[in-house]
Amino acid sequence: MSDHVDVSNGLPANPEKSTIEGKNKFLGMWVFLGGETIMFATFFGTFLGLREGTAGGPTPDELFSLPLVFLMTMFLLTSSLTSVLGIISMKKNNFKAMRMYFLVTVLLGLGFFGCEVYEFWHYNHVGLGYSVSAFASSFYTLVGLHGAHVLFGLGWITTLLVRYWGKGITLANAPKFYSASLYWHFIDVVWVFIFTVVYLLTLGGA
Amino acid sequence: MATATATANKKKSVVWDWLTTVDHKKLAILYLVAGTLFFVKAGLMALFIRIQLMVPENDFMTGQVFNELITMHGTIMLFLAVTPLIFGFMNFVIPLQIGARDVAFPFINALGFWIFFFGGLLLSMSWFFGGAPDAGWTAYVPLSTREYAGSGMDFYALGLQVSGFGTLISAINFIVTIINMRAPGMTMMRMPLFCWTGLVASILIVFAFTPLAAGLALLMLDRLFMGQFFTPDMGGNSILWAHIFWIFGHPEVYILVLPAFGIISEVVPAFSHKRLFGYTAMVFATIVIAFLSFMVWVHHMFTIGIGPITNSVFALATMTIAVPTGIKIFNWLFTMWGGKLVFNTAMLCAASFVPTFVLGGITGVMLSMAPVDYLYHDTYFVVAHFHYIIIGGIVFGLLAGLYYWYPKMFGHKLNETLGKIMFWLLYIGFHLTFFIQHILGLIGMPRRVYTYLGGQGWDTMNLVSSVGAFVMGAAIVVLVLNIVYSAFKSERITVSDPWNARTLEWATHTPIPEYNFAQTPQVRSLDPWFYEKVHGEGKMQPAEPLQDIHMPNGSILPFLMSLGLFIWGFGMIMINMDNPIVPPGVVIAIGFIMTFGTMVLHSKEDHGYHIPLEEVKKIEKEVG
Ligand code: HEM
Ligand SMILES: [Cu+2]
Repeated sequence: MSDHVDVSNGLPANPEKSTIEGKNKFLGMWVFLGGETIMFATFFGTFLGLREGTAGGPTPDELFSLPLVFLMTMFLLTSSLTSVLGIISMKKNNFKAMRMYFLVTVLLGLGFFGCEVYEFWHYNHVGLGYSVSAFASSFYTLVGLHGAHVLFGLGWITTLLVRYWGKGITLANAPKFYSASLYWHFIDVVWVFIFTVVYLLTLGGA
Repeated sequence: MATATATANKKKSVVWDWLTTVDHKKLAILYLVAGTLFFVKAGLMALFIRIQLMVPENDFMTGQVFNELITMHGTIMLFLAVTPLIFGFMNFVIPLQIGARDVAFPFINALGFWIFFFGGLLLSMSWFFGGAPDAGWTAYVPLSTREYAGSGMDFYALGLQVSGFGTLISAINFIVTIINMRAPGMTMMRMPLFCWTGLVASILIVFAFTPLAAGLALLMLDRLFMGQFFTPDMGGNSILWAHIFWIFGHPEVYILVLPAFGIISEVVPAFSHKRLFGYTAMVFATIVIAFLSFMVWVHHMFTIGIGPITNSVFALATMTIAVPTGIKIFNWLFTMWGGKLVFNTAMLCAASFVPTFVLGGITGVMLSMAPVDYLYHDTYFVVAHFHYIIIGGIVFGLLAGLYYWYPKMFGHKLNETLGKIMFWLLYIGFHLTFFIQHILGLIGMPRRVYTYLGGQGWDTMNLVSSVGAFVMGAAIVVLVLNIVYSAFKSERITVSDPWNARTLEWATHTPIPEYNFAQTPQVRSLDPWFYEKVHGEGKMQPAEPLQDIHMPNGSILPFLMSLGLFIWGFGMIMINMDNPIVPPGVVIAIGFIMTFGTMVLHSKEDHGYHIPLEEVKKIEKEVG
């Protein structure tokens, strides 16, 4: 079973899917993300329906600054890349490299999150309070929910790193790292949509 | 080491055992008990509603209480009674029917139950803090926003948010279980129809409960944090809620009815002593219904004024659902055709399901004609329509399942005489209550009014309807009596297959050992148990040697995590309270830490334990 696997003799090629527990986690995670997609779609729909409703408050053109959003996108996209590298290292049974890549992922994620906190603070400062308009409420809700997902993902990966810092890759923890990285990619994909729909399309006047 | 854990588990007290169990059979019973309690609670509310409407200009209760009662009746029945009852059967039966030892995620299974339960508790707390929600189970804005509704709606938004999350993770667990945990030879197209409908309903939950979660979040943000989504003056839009709610709401009705279809598809072949007619068509129809159920939500909004083109498109889409549904009806009829029919209580419920459900379907097609819906909408005609489907369909389906699986669950049958009394009371009471509501609706009685003037030709019909409600109440009393009576008096069952049935759950011993199957069975056909009885040696062929059996450990963490969510949710509601004794922030923090703290604790690995071979042999000898 999943306990007592001797890593020195080499793990199977796909350690995350070689036990039934791992297979279950893999599928369960995909189904969960399917549901999350629909939830985000609902918030996207809400934003698209309400973004014109600025009710005399600040408008997107006055607020959004693409350089900051570009920086955030870079942070998150790179963190997605490092988490892929982490999983590749896992499949090569290189625990040290995997640990390092996931650590970098967390740091980049924190960078993203920091920017987002600054962004919200700034908008609030220039008059876009949460209750100022339907646009404000729906913007903060959609982007903030994504931010909350980032925070949860950071907590998740950090917990795994702390729990397994000196333990090496096993058949029991490989699925856990794999699920966390799937979740992280999902967050990244959602951000790509936020970047296009919320920032680019709204600024481009589409 | 493993043995030590196994024996240590035995010594725990009964209460602790139930609080920490991750066994799908025990969780099934917890679901059934909790669902029944909520069912009785909401049923009593229904009786109060019918007392109020029994005579014109009644002052039995105020309009406010009436609104609270109809809101809670609908909300509880759908989210906290029928859903858990269905989950109870799915939990008990699906792993057995696919030949598995447990579900894919036993821990998540327990977590799902406790979160649902605490969410229901949170909603019910509303009675003690300024009154229950009162904007209808559909919670239409602006009625339900901070401007017009009291604190009850906060409980609605957060209670359903919490319990909905439990439902969601349980559904994910069922999907993974059905896809990954099937015994060797149990291909998808050999699965019993109950597993199929359970799978499809779970998929619907994943795609329908998530928009609901989003909608409830918007409502919560509106009420607690001044969100402006629904305020037209601030750029908001009040139709938005109706869309989100019904994108969830219409699939929800199929989430409830599909598993009931599944139960009927098990009970009808068992007591017709024939295989299910048109198995493949049944599977196909289930999938088509699920797909279409996402395409029709606007039929709840025909009168909102979206426009004739949209209305026509959704009217046509709605009508097409009648096609796959019709396929199912005919397949049940053909299953019975020429069979050796046994009309015990289970079969009576299943057989009566068919015509009652057809009536509900016909009124559904009537409602789907958008122009005529202006006449029916928001009248008692709609109330009659959905009760024909929900009681005539789902409740009768659940009762059929209860009488059918009861011996496997509890080791004795329910009494047949009391069962038949219950059936006839319920059947007659149901038609008495609801048939006449079609006519009331057609002659213009609106729904959701707490009283009406006499002399409009409504008086007698309302009286009849209320009398019918009491007859139904009597039926439920007989059911409860039956459960108690049978627990003491009914003959104990030791055979594995008291009904001479067809599917794998009847191949297990009664009572079922905690590991279900000592050896995972090898499935060789559709209706595998029947196949082995006719073509094999009368028992399942094993797919593995007899060996130590790996089992998951129980855990108190699901309970604690759910309690954490409950406290968190309650803290959120306190934000709107006038004089909270403790600052809401503190309560929220406690709940938050409990929820995520237990999550971190859970990341500690737990590999379960093994039941050693000798122990398995001993148990097999005792029950076999
Ligand atoms: C052939 C299948 C069906 C059709 C064509 C159909 C059609 C409709 C339509 C058009 C309405 C809206 C009526 C109005 O508000 O004016 C409606 C309401 C409703 N239906 Fe159905 N229906 C079908 C099956 C079902 C099933 C299977 C269920 C439940 C399991 C169900 C439960 C409901 C409920 C609860 C409502 C009322 C919701 C509310 O306003 O509170 N229906 N149906
Ligand atoms: Cu509908």
